[in-house]
Amino acid sequence: MTTPERDDASRDDLPSQTAISAEIERIREEDARSVVPRTQPRIDFAPYRSSILRHPTKDLHQADPETIELASPVWGHQDVSPLEADLTIQRNGEPIGERIRISGRVVDGDGRPVRRQLVEIWQANAAGRYVHKRDQHAAPIDPNFTGAGRALTDDEGTYSFLTIKPGPYPWRNHRNAWRPAHVHFSIFGTEFTQRMITQMYFPGDPLFPLDPIYQSITDQHARDRLVAQYDHDSSEHEWLLGYRWDIVLTGSHATWTERDGGADHV
Amino acid sequence: MSDDATAGAPVATPGQTVGPFFHFGLPYAGGESLVPTSHPGAVRLHGTVTDGDGDPIPDAMLEIWQADEQGNISTEPGSLRRDPYVFTGWGRAATDAAGHYRFTTVNPDATDEGSAPFISVCVVARGLLNRLFTRAYLPEDAASLAADPLLSSLDEERRPTLLGTREEGGALRFDVRLQGENETVFLQFPRHDA
Repeated sequence: MTTPERDDASRDDLPSQTAISAEIERIREEDARSVVPRTQPRIDFAPYRSSILRHPTKDLHQADPETIELASPVWGHQDVSPLEADLTIQRNGEPIGERIRISGRVVDGDGRPVRRQLVEIWQANAAGRYVHKRDQHAAPIDPNFTGAGRALTDDEGTYSFLTIKPGPYPWRNHRNAWRPAHVHFSIFGTEFTQRMITQMYFPGDPLFPLDPIYQSITDQHARDRLVAQYDHDSSEHEWLLGYRWDIVLTGSHATWTERDGGADHV
Repeated sequence: MSDDATAGAPVATPGQTVGPFFHFGLPYAGGESLVPTSHPGAVRLHGTVTDGDGDPIPDAMLEIWQADEQGNISTEPGSLRRDPYVFTGWGRAATDAAGHYRFTTVNPDATDEGSAPFISVCVVARGLLNRLFTRAYLPEDAASLAADPLLSSLDEERRPTLLGTREEGGALRFDVRLQGENETVFLQFPRHDA
C-alpha cells in the first residue's frame, strides 16, 4: 500500500539528501551524453521514489492523433468566473503572505496564442501548507486562503492570477526533503494532445538542486522553462509583486500535417 | 522533434507530476458526469488504476474526451458547470481510496464511417512525472477494430489493454495499469518530445 509523501512519520529508513543527490547526478551525467537533450521530465526517475512503481516501463507507442484527439473541450464564461483568478478574495479576509500576480502567455509549439482555453492552478499557502486532508505538515492553515484558481486565456493567450507566494514544504521522499516553492498549473490547448500539467517555480530557489521532482528534467535549459521571472513592470505600487511565466504547449497537428505532409493520416 | 520545419519553433514547457494534493484544485462536483444517470443512453465507464505491484493508486486522476452517440465532436462550453441537456464530451474523475474511477457518459459513435469508436484518456497521478495519453476503445465492432491503424500497429498481446470490457448491464470497464503485467499502451504523438 502506498502512502502520501508526508504520511508515515514513524519510518526512519529514509535515504539521505546526499544519497538522493548522488543518484540525481548520475542520471544527469548519463543524459548529458545524449545528443538530443531531453526537454521533458524522465518518467523513470528513481530519486523521486514514488515514481518507481508508477511509470510505464515500455516505450510510449508512437501514434498519429485522430479525430477527437485533434480537438479540445470548449470553455466559456459559464465555466469560469473572472473572480476565480483572484485567490486572495475567496474567504472573508486577506490571506497572509506576499501578495503576487502571476501572468503570462500560453502559446503552442508554433508560437500561436492559445485562446480562450482553461488554466487551473493550485498551491500551498504562505506557510507551505495545503488545504488537503492528507497534508500533515505542522504549519498553520490560513483560514483566508484556499489556494485554487481558474482562468481562461484571452485572445492573446494571456492569463493572470492574483495570489499569495506559496512556501516551501517538507515531504517524505528522503530525510530532510523540501519541495521548492511552486504553483501547480493545468493547461489545455487547442488539441487534446496538447494537454499538460506542470509546476511553476520562483527564481533563485536554493532548493532547486536538491529536489528530485524538479531535477527529473535533466537538461538545465528545459528546467529553466519552469521558473517564472520577477517582472517589475507588473509589480504594483504599494500592492503586489509581479511574476511572469510563459507557457509553450506542444505543436498542433493540423499545422504540422499541412506543412510537412509528414503524417500518414489525412 | 526538431526537423527543419520546426527549427526555431518554441520548445514545449516541461510537464511535472500532479502531486498528492490536487484534489482541492482539479476535481469538481459533476466532473465525472458527462450525462445524468437518467439519460436514456447513459453508460458507466469505470476501472481501477494500478501500479507495478498491481496495487491500486488512490491518488490518480483521469480525464476523458469523446464524441457523442452520433459520432459528433461537441463544441459546446459548460463542462465545469454542466447543463444536463448539453453534451460537452469532456469529464474528469479522481480515483478513490481503492484506486477506482467512474464516469457516467454515453457510448461514442465512430467519428468517421467505418472507424473504431474510442474515448481519449489522459492519466495523471502522484509519482507519475508527466501526463500519459491512451485510448479506451469500445469492444463491439470487430471489423472496425481490426482495421484501426493504432490497434493494428500493436503487438497481439498488448492490444487488449486498449479495449474496454462490456459488463452486464452495459457498463464499460477500462483498467489502467501504469506498469508491469499487461501494462497499458500509452501514446506519444508526433511533435511530443521525450
